[in-house]
Amino acid sequence: MFGITAYGAYVPRARLNKKSIAEANAWFDASLNTLAKGERAICNWDEDTITMAVEAANNCLVSKTGIELNSLYLASTTFPFLDRQNSVLVSEALNLDRGIRTMDIGASQRAATSSLISLLESKSKNSSLLIASEHRRSKAGSRAEMLWGDGAASLLIGSDKVIAECLGVETYAIDFVDHYRGDDSDYDYDWEERWIRDEGFLKTVPKAVNNLLDSAKVNAADIKHFILPSDQSRTPGILAKNLGIDQGAIVDNQIANVGVAGVAQPILLLTKALEAALPGEYILLVGFGQGCDAILFRATDELVHYKPFIGIEAAIKNRREELNYNKFLSFNNLVEKDIGKRGEVDKQTYLSGYNRRKDLLTGFIGGKCRECGTVQIPREKYCVNPECNMLDSQDDYPFSDKKGTVATWTADRLTFDWNPPAYFGMVQFEGGGKIMMDFTEVEEGTIDTGTKVSVHFRIRQFDTVRGFKKYFWKAVIEG
Amino acid sequence: MASGIKDKVVILGMGCSKFGERWDSSPSDLMVEAFEECIEDAGIERNQIEAAWFGAGIDAFNVGASAMPLAIALRLNYIPVTKVENMCATGTEAFRGAVYAVASGACDIALALGVEKLKDTGYGGLPQRSRGLENDMYWPNLSAPGAFAQLATGYRAKHKHNKEDLKRAMAHVSVKSHANGAKNPKAHLQREITSDQAVNAPYIAEPIGLFDCCGVSDGSACAIVTTPEIAKALGKENLVSVKALQLAVSNGTESSHESWDGSYLKTTRIASQRAYDEAGIRKPKEEITMTEVHDCFSITELVTMEDLQLAEEGKGVTDVLDGNFDADGKTPCQIDGGLKCFGHPIGASGLRMIYENYLQLNGRAGSRQLSDPKLGLNHNLGGFPHQNICSISIVGPYN
Repeated sequence: MFGITAYGAYVPRARLNKKSIAEANAWFDASLNTLAKGERAICNWDEDTITMAVEAANNCLVSKTGIELNSLYLASTTFPFLDRQNSVLVSEALNLDRGIRTMDIGASQRAATSSLISLLESKSKNSSLLIASEHRRSKAGSRAEMLWGDGAASLLIGSDKVIAECLGVETYAIDFVDHYRGDDSDYDYDWEERWIRDEGFLKTVPKAVNNLLDSAKVNAADIKHFILPSDQSRTPGILAKNLGIDQGAIVDNQIANVGVAGVAQPILLLTKALEAALPGEYILLVGFGQGCDAILFRATDELVHYKPFIGIEAAIKNRREELNYNKFLSFNNLVEKDIGKRGEVDKQTYLSGYNRRKDLLTGFIGGKCRECGTVQIPREKYCVNPECNMLDSQDDYPFSDKKGTVATWTADRLTFDWNPPAYFGMVQFEGGGKIMMDFTEVEEGTIDTGTKVSVHFRIRQFDTVRGFKKYFWKAVIEG
Repeated sequence: MASGIKDKVVILGMGCSKFGERWDSSPSDLMVEAFEECIEDAGIERNQIEAAWFGAGIDAFNVGASAMPLAIALRLNYIPVTKVENMCATGTEAFRGAVYAVASGACDIALALGVEKLKDTGYGGLPQRSRGLENDMYWPNLSAPGAFAQLATGYRAKHKHNKEDLKRAMAHVSVKSHANGAKNPKAHLQREITSDQAVNAPYIAEPIGLFDCCGVSDGSACAIVTTPEIAKALGKENLVSVKALQLAVSNGTESSHESWDGSYLKTTRIASQRAYDEAGIRKPKEEITMTEVHDCFSITELVTMEDLQLAEEGKGVTDVLDGNFDADGKTPCQIDGGLKCFGHPIGASGLRMIYENYLQLNGRAGSRQLSDPKLGLNHNLGGFPHQNICSISIVGPYN
């Protein structure tokens, strides 16, 4: 049996109330008022496709310690780097083996489903990790701003304790240009919604789905979970009807509470279907973009025993409301903001120096002394224990999975930060080791000495002059 | 066993510029202002200076690298000049270099001068600057108040003070220093404040508010030192001698080892004990009569009182509120106004502190003159609570 063996989801905690978008923009486009219901997920200033990918992958892998990974595919159309493999950076942040096959897959809204088909067809002996992550870009005041959201999801694919068996895959490839984004543009350019529905979804999807169901010998009426990623609210229903799929099988696109998460959307919705599915139920996953991917799964008995570390329901629940639309504009560079002279300091990354410290910066790896057992970060040549101070005595000791406690902290309003005040302080880790580090997404009044934290891979700085992003680990208060 | 520095070197003269927002003064102008006062006080000619130590903290916003800016500003006669930089301990480091040179016999008369020009950045607070290529990659982008605010949270957690009591004690530290600074014509800030003003001021880095922070100023201070014998031969009376000069530098234990809890300054405890030993001081509370400590932030001064053994551990809040360190208290602290009112031109501060001790011991401190000063302790703390440099100097009447 081959298929999905684990999953994880990540939705940024910040949820922008859609009324704030309408209040700011309905003067120009009154139709936005009709969309101003609920909220959408937005990346914090220090989140992007890579950081969300690390979160989603970690949420998937944490329950599967000791597995051997053959490959890591990262699917997105919003990679921070065009020429620096994004997936290998994610792999290093996850401290995966250097022998892993890493690959970035993009350029289409079905990048994730096409990657999934490729991994399912490989039938690799060892497990493969698929991550889909999208930090969506849309113009201020656009309908897309209302309908879309940021998010990531990941799947482990293999043959060990399969929770959803793959029964077949099908692709229909056609250059149907419902929207496009050129290499010199930050934003999509799209065509009329009704045309996309009638000539795109309704004509393309059945070609792949019908072939798939025929070859799998499964009746459309038996599909219990139908996933059609789309920001068109009524299209999944119309398609289901045309295909003969029960309306109750439609997996909601979460426009009202998360937003459509681009390439990540089909995988996010698949995790949602897996959380709801019972053994034996059929799940039909569709990816739409320049044609259509269709994948058919059947939930197995293993699904009953599987408990996700953080699945979609938990990810959605972990939220904080954001009412300030200006913050969203600022975090997404949709407004030119005066950041003050302290923000002007040059952010050059000295790549040779960065490379030397990559274990610390990307992997959050410290050291454990073989002589005295002292755990420490950063790892230096001599052990930090004053009673030891042994030379070159430390083995790698990862901190990325360790919980900590706030020892000292402050909220700094003098220093530059994209979302002041800047919270930072000394974190003492369970099992030893401490370091002064940034805290992110702190809500006022929730932090004090003794507060429990976990650590997360986040953006540290932007070098806007040269187009580089720096990442490091930050502490987040445990909910 | 080393014999230490006690009474081997005396101060021949000192000078200190007016501190403040010296928009029209270059670093050279400030150096000359301090030096002219100093050389007149010393009663010697410039060509009698045989070596010099030059302290300047932040090159990019100050005078640039090397010792040349001092030699050029003062037109020194091609003598050896050494540039020193050790964060906020820089001024004291320049003094230490000159004192050690005289004590070693390498020269008879040496100059120590510190200068800093902080007001050319275009914004308030210390300049935003690199912490070093590798540190910049992972250190929080912490400001100085952000670093020392953590001392407040660590101290409060350790001793279980409530927020309000600690804040009120911090306010008292600043109120006291402003009262002292109001009497000092060379101070940058010469205005008294109230406790309510300090407590209610906006946060800069919680719990540090605006009035918990020292000023940011331009300034320079200097000293000329020699042996007691030469000073006497030059006709000097009431000599002020160096009793102790100590430095302790963090080795990473506080930042990375669990033995430090963030509630105190380890280097201050170590350096001050060494200084007391060097000066032969057994009971600091009884013997030290005045202190100039590194009050970059009010919380730093409060905790430093404990680390110097002038208050019991955890009792600094009470001692501060009881007025023990006020001008009329048991051990006056920052009788000149401190960093609070002078600001902290980094290269100059250590020498500015010694200058106040020197004036007090010579009875030249004007309206803020203490009645019977004996031993004066000066303390600088460079860096952050978890990783820093502490310098201690003790001066007193030459015996």
